[in-house]
Amino acid sequence: MNTLTPPAERVWEALRQIPDPEIPVINVVEMGIVRDVEVKGDRATITMTPTFSGCPALHLIREHLEAAARALGFTEVEVKTVLAPPWSTDWITPEAKEKLRQYGIAPPLPSQEVGLIQLELAPIRCPRCGSLNTSTKNTFGPTLCKSIHVCNDCQEPFEGFKTV
Amino acid sequence: MNEPVKQALIAKLTALADDELILAHRNSEWTGHGPILEEDIALANIAQDELGHASIWLNLRSALDGSDPDRLAFFRDALEFRNSELVELPRGDWAFTMLRQYLFDVYEALWLSAAKNSTYPPLAQAVAKILREERFHLQHTQAWVERLGQGTEESHRRMQEALDMQWGYVQQLFVPLADEHLLVAEGIVPDLAELKKAWLLHTTQHLQNSGLKLPLQMGYQPTTRETHTEHLWSLLAEMQSTARWDPEAKVW
Repeated sequence: MNTLTPPAERVWEALRQIPDPEIPVINVVEMGIVRDVEVKGDRATITMTPTFSGCPALHLIREHLEAAARALGFTEVEVKTVLAPPWSTDWITPEAKEKLRQYGIAPPLPSQEVGLIQLELAPIRCPRCGSLNTSTKNTFGPTLCKSIHVCNDCQEPFEGFKTV
Repeated sequence: MNEPVKQALIAKLTALADDELILAHRNSEWTGHGPILEEDIALANIAQDELGHASIWLNLRSALDGSDPDRLAFFRDALEFRNSELVELPRGDWAFTMLRQYLFDVYEALWLSAAKNSTYPPLAQAVAKILREERFHLQHTQAWVERLGQGTEESHRRMQEALDMQWGYVQQLFVPLADEHLLVAEGIVPDLAELKKAWLLHTTQHLQNSGLKLPLQMGYQPTTRETHTEHLWSLLAEMQSTARWDPEAKVW
């Protein structure tokens, strides 16, 4: 990257190199965690939003964001956390959703305002064979953002990204 | 925001956080002990979500009074906690744990839905965040209540016993704090009396559909969050021990 690139864009580019700690095939920008980058002289302010509020990777992500900006020469780096608007899986870019699928995780469906007490679930497409004939084994998975499914056609178990 | 309202809000945020924190800890006691692996995972997830919510509420409090969320969680003594007694009761068997989480989830879901339009923007924003996670809990625990209520003779008996024990305790979730009416008047938090009607409607219907009988006797109903059962002391002794062991630790 040459020096003519605007400084904020250089920060964005650096942040795109940071993998999500729990799903390393996609980076924190594609994940929609980084909401804003502001640059003023030697000072960089990065605004992030948590995916799930109890996500244990938040501290690590915050540290990585700060380190990436410092590595570019910013001496004052602030990482702010905001809750609004609440993170949605709709912010995961289409390219990143495809990477999730190739990685074996069924990508999230488009989110909609779902009633709290409404229990109907849309069918999840198997990331391996593409079949919609799948069953949900557990709405909770190895991380807060994932659920566990099995494909009734290819018989493979797989993880799905929860739609929020 | 005038001072009495601010103090009332600090108290409310503390109560909200403490319910989540203590319930999260109780549920986390099942980690490694769940009846099957997938349930172990599910409950650990639920506990982790509730812990995240406790952290959100304590951060909101921090913005009002500069308190440190970690200090509040790990260095307060039992009598300073403002959780309801329901959440501190020992985890009991699986039926007890699932029923408690279900009764709490319905309350929480309704409270959050009603608080979406809070006139205090940080609270409204926090609610929007938490709501998205909460629906997965309700879906899960609701199914367990039905499964055990209509399962075997033994699972039904255990679920009914849990309900007989908890029905009075759970009513405490609808007892307002001393100055909560100030917050209701300002539109900052919903009126618990209204929520209780909706909660009763939902839970009664689901419990009956699950083959359970509502207790004829309400049983013991705690009325203040300033006193606790003996169980909170032993819970905190475990939950706070690591932080108190080395308060200056920067890395665990």
